[in-house]
Parts: sequence; C-alpha cells; structure tokens
Amino acid sequence: MYSNLWLIPFFPLVGSIINGLFGKKIKNEKVIGGIATIAIFLSFLVSCQNFFRLLGDTEKVHQQILGSWMSIGILNVEWGFLLDPLSALMIMVVTGVGSLIHLYSIGYMHGETGFYRFFSYLNLFCFSMLMLVLGNNALVMFIGWEGVGLCSYLLIGYYFEKKSAGDAAKKAFVVNRIGDFGFLCGLFTLFWALGSKGVWTLNFVEISENAHLLQSGGLLVTVVTLCFFLGATGKSAQIPLYTWLPDAMEGPTPVSALIHAATMVTAGIYMIARMNILFAMSPTTMMVIAFVGAATALFAASIGFAQNDIKRVLAYSTVSQLGFMFMAMGVGAFTAGIFHLMTHAFFKACLFLGSGSVIHGMHHAYHHAHLHDDPQDMRNMGGLRKFMPITWITYLLSCLAIAGMPFFAGFFSKDEILWWTFASTRGSYLVWIIGTIAACMTAFYMFRSLYMTFHGEQRTDVRAKDHIPESPWVITLPLIILAGLATIAGFIGIPHAIDVAHVGNGIASFLDPVFGQAQQLHNIGIPEDLAHNVGLEIGLMCMSVVIGLIGIGGAYYMYMKKQELPAKFTGAFPGLHKAVFNKWYIDELYDFLFVNPCKKIGTFLWKGFDVCVVDGVVNGIGWVVKGLASGLRYTQSGFLHNYAMIMVVGVVVIVGYYIFG
Amino acid sequence: MLENYLPVLVLIGIAVAFAVGSVVMSGLIGMKKPSAVKLAPYECGMPLVGSARERFSVKFYIIAMLFILFDIEAVFLYPWAVMFKRLGMFGFVEMGVFIAILLVGFIYVWKKGALEWE
Amino acid sequence: MENLAQIAMESVNFQAIMPSLVLCCFGMVLLLVSVFLERGRTAPICWLSIIGLVVTGIISINGWNDPQAGFAGGVVLDNFATFFNLTCLIAAGLTILMSDSYLHREGYPVAEYYPLILFTTAGAMWMASGTDLMTIFLGLEVLSVSLYVLAGFFRGQLRSNEAGLKYFFLGAFSTGFMLYGVALLYGVTGTTKVAGIAEAIRLMPDASSNPMIIAGAILLSIGFLFKIGAAPFHMWTPDVYQGAPTPITAFMSAGPKAAAFAAFMRVTYISLDSLQVDMSAMFWVLAVLTMTIGNFVAIAQKDVKRMLAFSSISHAGYALVGMVAWNEVGFSGILFYMLVYTFMNIGAFAVLVLIGKQGEDNLTLDGMAGLGYKRPFLGVAMAIFLFSLMGLPPTAGFTGKFFIFAGALKAGYVWLAILGVLNSAVSLYYYLRVMVYMYFRDPVEDFSWVKMEMATIVSILIAIAGVLYLGVLPGPVMELAKLSIF
Repeated sequence: MYSNLWLIPFFPLVGSIINGLFGKKIKNEKVIGGIATIAIFLSFLVSCQNFFRLLGDTEKVHQQILGSWMSIGILNVEWGFLLDPLSALMIMVVTGVGSLIHLYSIGYMHGETGFYRFFSYLNLFCFSMLMLVLGNNALVMFIGWEGVGLCSYLLIGYYFEKKSAGDAAKKAFVVNRIGDFGFLCGLFTLFWALGSKGVWTLNFVEISENAHLLQSGGLLVTVVTLCFFLGATGKSAQIPLYTWLPDAMEGPTPVSALIHAATMVTAGIYMIARMNILFAMSPTTMMVIAFVGAATALFAASIGFAQNDIKRVLAYSTVSQLGFMFMAMGVGAFTAGIFHLMTHAFFKACLFLGSGSVIHGMHHAYHHAHLHDDPQDMRNMGGLRKFMPITWITYLLSCLAIAGMPFFAGFFSKDEILWWTFASTRGSYLVWIIGTIAACMTAFYMFRSLYMTFHGEQRTDVRAKDHIPESPWVITLPLIILAGLATIAGFIGIPHAIDVAHVGNGIASFLDPVFGQAQQLHNIGIPEDLAHNVGLEIGLMCMSVVIGLIGIGGAYYMYMKKQELPAKFTGAFPGLHKAVFNKWYIDELYDFLFVNPCKKIGTFLWKGFDVCVVDGVVNGIGWVVKGLASGLRYTQSGFLHNYAMIMVVGVVVIVGYYIFG
Repeated sequence: MLENYLPVLVLIGIAVAFAVGSVVMSGLIGMKKPSAVKLAPYECGMPLVGSARERFSVKFYIIAMLFILFDIEAVFLYPWAVMFKRLGMFGFVEMGVFIAILLVGFIYVWKKGALEWE
Repeated sequence: MENLAQIAMESVNFQAIMPSLVLCCFGMVLLLVSVFLERGRTAPICWLSIIGLVVTGIISINGWNDPQAGFAGGVVLDNFATFFNLTCLIAAGLTILMSDSYLHREGYPVAEYYPLILFTTAGAMWMASGTDLMTIFLGLEVLSVSLYVLAGFFRGQLRSNEAGLKYFFLGAFSTGFMLYGVALLYGVTGTTKVAGIAEAIRLMPDASSNPMIIAGAILLSIGFLFKIGAAPFHMWTPDVYQGAPTPITAFMSAGPKAAAFAAFMRVTYISLDSLQVDMSAMFWVLAVLTMTIGNFVAIAQKDVKRMLAFSSISHAGYALVGMVAWNEVGFSGILFYMLVYTFMNIGAFAVLVLIGKQGEDNLTLDGMAGLGYKRPFLGVAMAIFLFSLMGLPPTAGFTGKFFIFAGALKAGYVWLAILGVLNSAVSLYYYLRVMVYMYFRDPVEDFSWVKMEMATIVSILIAIAGVLYLGVLPGPVMELAKLSIF
C-alpha cells in the first residue's frame, strides 16, 4: 500500500548528488535550480499521495521496511520508514514549504558563486529532514538529525569567505553537538532501560507499545526524557542552547526560511511529539519543558524589541515561537504544538522570504548606486510599500497571522496553546500569563518591523532610493502561496468553542491516533467542567486578541505616530536598552562561563599536555613505526633465495614449536 | 597396511641396484683405452664442429614439452584400452571428452605455429 | 570388477561441478576462437568471456540452497562454495572489464589473456568446492599455473618477467610443503577426504600430540597461507603484485585469495576441528604478524601499486582474525570480507589502471598529486575505495572489519581485536597520504593522457556500488554469508 515512501527522501538525495557531482559542469543556473526544485517537488507529490491515502485509511500507522541495516546480537536495526498522521503532516510541511523555497532560491541566489553548491546542500538538507521525520526507529532518525545539523552548518557557512559566517557555522555546530550529546544519552538509556525489561528495540512503534514497562513518573523515565529534551533544546534553539540561531542568519535568506524557521528547528518539537508516550509518563519533564518554553518565548521576544537587522528580528521571533511550541508540548497540548509548528512554518517562511525579497531589492538598489550600506538594516528602509507591493501585502498578512489576529492561521494555533496552558491538567497559570505577555510582545515587534520596513518615510540613501525593484515571479509566487496558507491554514483546527458550523477540529481528530493514547493513559487534557465552559474559552480568546491589538497599536504609536518616542525611551533607560540591544549579554555570559574556561583548559592541554606529552608520545610512536617500517623493508630484498629462506625458517619455527615446544 | 607396499619397495630396490650396479661394474671391470675419437660425443658420426655447450633454440623445448604432453595422453590410453569392454559406453564417452580437450590444445598449438620449425 | 562403469557412473554428478565446467568450456572455446582471430583483436574475446562469467554466475545462483555432491565425495557444491564462486566471478568480471584498454595501452593485445582468467577462476571454484585434498590441490594447481602465466604476461617487461618467475618458483616451493602435509595426513589417516580425515583424527586418542598429524596440518596450512599471502609466507606478494599487469594484480589480490580462504576454511573447520586450540593459537600469531608487517612496511612505500600490495597483506591478516575466532560470526565474516575486499581493492586498482601511463612508472605518490582536481570522478572513486580500505563508515570496509572483529570478540580474543583495530589505525597513515596527495598537493601533471574508458568506468562504478551497498545495507548479504557456513 505505502510502498513508495522511500521515494520521498530518495528524490532530493538524487538531486543533491547530481548537483553536487555535476553542478559545476552544468553551470546553467536554470538547469541546476530546476533539477533541485523538481526533485523536491516530486517528493512533495509522493508525499501528497501518501497523505491523502492516509486520510482515507482506517489503519493509521504504516511501516515500510527496506531492509536490515545492522543486526548485531540483541540490536536489530532496519532501514524503515514510518507513516502515521504525525509524520504525514511533517512531510507535507517539509516538502511543500521546501518546494516553494527551492523555487524562491532560483531567483534569490541568482548570480551567486557556488550556485550549484547551494542547491546540492539544500536538497541534501531536505533528504536529511525527511529521513528524520520518516525514520521508523531512533537510529534512522538520528541519521537525519545529524544530517540536518551538517547541512545547517554547511549552509550557514555558505559565504565561507566571510569570517562571521564561518564563526556562526561553527557556533551552530558546536552548540548542536551539546544537544546531540543529550539525544544520544537519552537514546542509550532508553535502549538499556527497555532492554532490561526484555525488549531490545529502537523502533518507535515498539517503544510506544512497550513504554508501559517502565515505571510511570519514575526516575528513569524522567532522566531519559530530560536527556531527549536537552537534545531538543539544541536543535530547536531553546534556553540554554538558543544562542546559535540568531547567528545562523549569516546564511542566505532562503536557508533561514527553510532550515532556521520552518523545518529543522522544529525537529526537537517533532522528536518530543514522536515519543509523546514517554514524555507523558514524566510530569516533571513536562513541567520543565513548559517553563523552559515559556521563558524562551518571553526572553527571545524581549530581545526582538531592539534589533535593527530585519533578519535578526525574525530569528528572535522564531526562537520565541518555538518557545510557544515547547510550552504546548509541556502542558500536553501535543496537537496544538504540532498545529502551531505547521502554521508557523507557513507564516514564518513567508516572513523570512519577504525579508529576503526586501534584502534582494535593497541589495540591488545599493549595487546599482555603488553603495555599501547594510541592505538588512531596517533603519535604512521605510516606505518600501510602494516599491514592493506584493512583498508588502504578503508580509502584512503573515504579521497578522503571527500576531494572532482573528481567523488568520496563527490565531487558531496560538490560542489553542494558550487555552491549554490555562485549562489543561498539566497547565499552569504562570505559564499562561508568560505566554500571553509574550504574545503581546510578538505583535509589537513584528509590527515594528513591518512599519520600519514598509511604512513611513523612506530612509534609504537618496542615490539608491528609486532603484528598488519588486522581485521576479520566482520570488513573489512562493510569497503569495505562503501568505495564502498563513491566512487560511488555521481553519483545519477550529476550536470547539467557536465551531458554529460544526465542521469539527480537523487536525485534532487527524492526530488523535498519535497522541490520544498517551493523553488518555496519563490523564492529560482539558477537565470536563472547563471543556464545556464555552464562555471562558471565548473570553480568553477575546482577551488575547485584545492583547495582540495592544501590541500592534503600541507599535503603530511608537513607530508611525510619534517616531521620536523610541529615541526618548532609550534615552530614558539607556542601560535597559543597551542590555536588550546586546541580547542581555548572554553570548558574553556564555563566553565568560563556558567558552573562555574551556579555551583556557584547551590552551593548557594544548601547550602543556598536548605538545609535551601527547605529541611526544605520538611522534615517538611515529618514529618507532617509521623505523620499524624502514627496517622491515629490508627483509624485502628482492632475492628469491632470501624469500625462500624466510619461508623455510617460518615452517621450521612453526613445526618445531608445535612438535618440540 | 604398509606391508602391502613391500613388493613395490623391493622392485624399487632391485631397479636401483641394477642401474647403479651396471655403471659401477662396467667402470670396475671394463677395459679402458681412451682416445680422442672414442671420447667424442658421437663416436661414429660427423666430425665435431664446436662445443656441445651451446644454447639450444627454444623451439626444441616447445617440441619436447608438446611431446611429453601428448605422450602422457598415450599413457592414459593403455589402461583404458585394457578395460575398454568393461567400461562400456561410459568409458568411451569419457575418453572422448579427454581426447577432445587435448584436441583443443592441439589445434591451438598448431594454429599458433608452434609445430612449425621456422 | 563387472560393475566398474556402474560405480563410476553413480558417483559422477555433473551438477556438482556445473559452474566450473561451463567456465572451462567457455575458456576452451575462447582459446580456439582467439587463434582464428587476427592478432590484436581482443575485444570479442573480452566480451565473450564476460558472457561466460555471467552465464556461470546464473548457474551458480541457481544452485543456491540446493547442495550437490559428486565424484565420490571429492566435490560438493554447497552454499559455501556458491558464495565464494560468486565472489571469484565478480572479481574476474571486474578485472576483465578493466583489462581490454589496458592491454592495448601496454602493447600486449593478446587474446589468451581472457581464457587464462577464466581458467584461473575455474580453478578457484574447484578449490572452493573441493572436499577432497586432491580436488583442492587440483584446483590450486589450475589456478596457480594460469596465474603464473598471467603474472608474467608482459613478456617484454623485465618486471613482469620477474613477477612471473618469482611467483612460479615460490609457488612451487609452497606446493611442495603442502603436498608433504597432505602426504603426512594421508599417512596417518589413510584418506584424503576432508570429512574422512576429520573422522580419523577424532577417533585418535591423542591426536594433538601426534607429530605426524600436527606437522601434516601445519604443512598443509602453509600451502594456503602462501596463497593468501600471510606472513611469513608473504614475501612473494610485493614483487609479484608490483610486476604483474595491474588488472591481474587486482584479480590476484581478490579472487584467488578468496578461493584459498575457502579451501583453507573448509579444511581447517572440518578436517582439523579437533586441533582447534593449536590451530587457533597459530593463526593468532600469524594474523598479528601479517597485519603488522603489511601495515608497517606499506608506510615506507612510495609506489602506490606496491603500497596496495602490502596493504593486501595486512587485509589478509584481518581476514585471518576470522579464522582465529573459529566461530560462525568469524567465518561468515571472512566470507563477507572477501566480497567486500573484492570490490574495494579491485576498484582501487581500476583507478590506477586508468591513470597509469604506458609502463606505469607514474603510479607513485607524487604521480597522484592533484588527481582530485584534475580528474574529480577518479579522485572521488579512489577516495571511496581508500576510505573503505581504511575501514571507515559508511563504506563496506567498516562493516567487513566490524563483523570479523565481532567474531574475535565473541570468541573472547579481546587483545586480538584491539591489535586489529590498532593496525587499522596505523593503516590510516598510508591510505590518507594518498588522499593528501590527491587533494592537497598542487597538480604536477595535467592527467591529459587519462582516457575515460567506458568499460573500466563501469567496473569502477560497480565497485563503488558494491562498497556503498555493503557498507550501508550489509544486512542481506551478511545473512547470505551466515547461511553459507556449513
């Protein structure tokens, strides 16, 4: 039935190999971009086919086993894919958004050196991401997990001649490794823990089926899930491992859109959702997740207030939105979290691509005027609405979505999360309050970026002013599609309270086979009395809309009406502004706490231990080896009689040893 | 078990004794009146033209090798011929295969020109 | 005496030798055809011999899971034999694919080359399926004699002559030891049948202290150890590998070695099972010696072909580890490793075949400088093969070594496994050095003489596919290898 699952990651892999090997020869950008885009589009088609087939199917969990990968004693690992509602949704997002961003990149990356390299990496990323979401066991998932990390590294460092890009890539890689360490620890502990109960497995279906063997709420489950959560914070940029994501904006903008907003950074959310049964068993872990998510949401939003680089604003917004998703996971609102993951993929990809379109236009104008101003700095923009109408309207729609304005996609998903934080059995008022404040701040800084970029007077250098073009269709078409999705995608998850037409909450019932069991078993959900309290739910909804409007209004007031206000404000609280502007000095703190001590230890190990002891030993071994090698070489004299002699000696020694020894 | 091989051993002993004995005895009791002609390699043939220790043409070796090869074939044919009636059709076919294989070699050698002197 | 024909008929079972029979017929027909073709026309023979290999391969595969014994128990075609047959056939096929353009380049377009490879392969197959020491010996001789000729095939080249002659002399020498071992075992047990010897030794009360049995077993082993190039019987390998035509070197290091391992395993595992303790101890020492000597001397080499010759010694050492382990994992590991080695080593030699100039004097480390940039495909291919030879994932070299060492660990030979892994680490040095030259040295030459011959490229691609497939998805083939253990 579902035997063509393997095609989904296969197409991008082939595309990546073709462009990687022959891209340099092909040279023609249209062909290179076409190959990559077609590859991912083909896997989108296959994903669609499987998705719709699954929609109409009563059996919701399907595995395709390609073959045995390794079979060593107790450990049996297969190359297998798992299609259930969760992974089906994920592949739709990855391939769908991925296709659009590939198309967009053809326009955006036009004329870049290493065009083929970019598309090869991008395809490789899609392959890895699809392996991650489709893998039916933790090891296949781990391949994808490492693969996306690698591609992220390669793509952040795409402009490797820039030092900052190289540093950012290294930072992303190193921080991710810390997370990977957690992931692996969790994996090994889980493997051992289940194994000691007689089930040696890494298969997700089997893990879910046998999770009950572990003690619910026990220390073991908490340790395992906390380890996994550490892995998730690395990949999904949560406190304390979020610092790499804003720096990752050094990569090309489509990369930021695809990898650092829509897909890869959601891998942590996906992983928790995939193992929801285990997480549901540990209330402690879930509480930690909820608070870490809430803290991240608030913290990142605060930094977003004072950034002037348009992409950095979006980066902190991504961190903050990921915090919302973790909040959802923490309070047991798995469905809402995944729902927000999906809507966020649409509007955030659209926002990033919109910013990319702006940067593209600004860059073009500066290039035309031979200026070297920063095309990403919002202080150089303003009033771009009339030059880039399509970009403006799509950006506006996405801003409305992220601000949670009614009936845009973000409204449904964010409100669902906030409702759960308020009402769920695992919820907490504190989390709810933080979430609501963060939502208000989100609306504020997103509209700040909108106003600074597209509205008001134009602050661009006069020489470049009139040369800002609207982007070509390959750029605007993805924008339009994503903006459309950001507008309407929410209707697949209409909450019960306002479901006047009784269409039902589509996404909840679709994902129920994945999450229902865990929620039922561990009593996670909205209590009866609250569930039917329609008035309360609608009231909270209205409140969050009002809060969003306050944020928007504040931004309008400060950045459109009274434009001197921000300056006054910073003048009044210079210390605060400086702290926020410098991202609360977290990077500096980490440098002080971890990086510099590590460096010092490293330097000591290098200068003291390594150079003297290790190098001494290694070089010593090297000398011995070389000496041995050249010594032994002389046995190979080339004389037949010597060879025969050595053989005879060998025979005599062996036979003699056994007979007389 | 090993005693069964005693006659073989005896036969080997007699053969060796005969060969060695003949040479030794002729050296011991034979009359020796050497002369230049008598010591020549071919006592009653052509007069010598040079040293016998020359390099022989490789062609001799090829011919010699081929001779041995096909000679062995003949050796196999004798016991087969003795048992021919008892082996019946099967034996006939088997020997046919054997000769066919040698025939392949023969044709190969022939076409390669190994049998031609020049 | 009356039913002599009857008896002869009954024990005949052509099914049991069908693959090698077909291959021999192909060889003979091609030999005949070759003399009727004009001199220098080798292409038809080349392609016909490929067809012969494919046909033989299909016949072999058909015999899977259908063991056939014949010729009075002298031959058996079981899964074990079939697995090795296929390994040898793959080795021969890859070799032939890269040979034709090579022979023309080197100026020896002589068609007998191909039938000789077929005969070698047939001999290898007999060795793999021989269950009587005489059959095994027959196979060994057919294989060896053909290889002597092939090693000295470029009769105008001094190095090739030297290779042929040295191989012949030392081969004859080792055969002498082996036959003496057979004779001793026959003297004690009264039979040359593999199973019969096992039976006789088992019934003997103090077999492991009987000098005739011990000496017989060791001398018999030496014949095989010589063929696989284990120390201290490896001395011929570097000179012969370096002097022989490159495709033949590739073939020698894979096909005949696999066949020698096949016969070796059958004899030790079945006949000498009662002597396990002594034999394992001997293999332990020889395995360590072989790995170490191969790896260490390879470090000092400047010629890539010669370096690969030493590396081939060390790989024989790794495979010997599987013999030491003397368990299912170790033995099936050897089967798997031989297949892996066939792909990776022949692939590496195929790259050398392409980049060599006539006379092949440029196959030194300096000659590889900048290959990765001037000829990216060949560079990447070579890199894959070298990674595999090093034993790094996700290539087959890693899985191969993994299974072998897993076998050793399972049998409790922790130190042996550690020494093996340490040796692998040493080998990184000289394999990586080739990579360094390929990618980090400025090209001295432009490699403009390199012709991307289609057939050779195909052989490289097959080898890459094999290396990656066995590296990423070793499961199915490993399963087959496990099913092949008797």
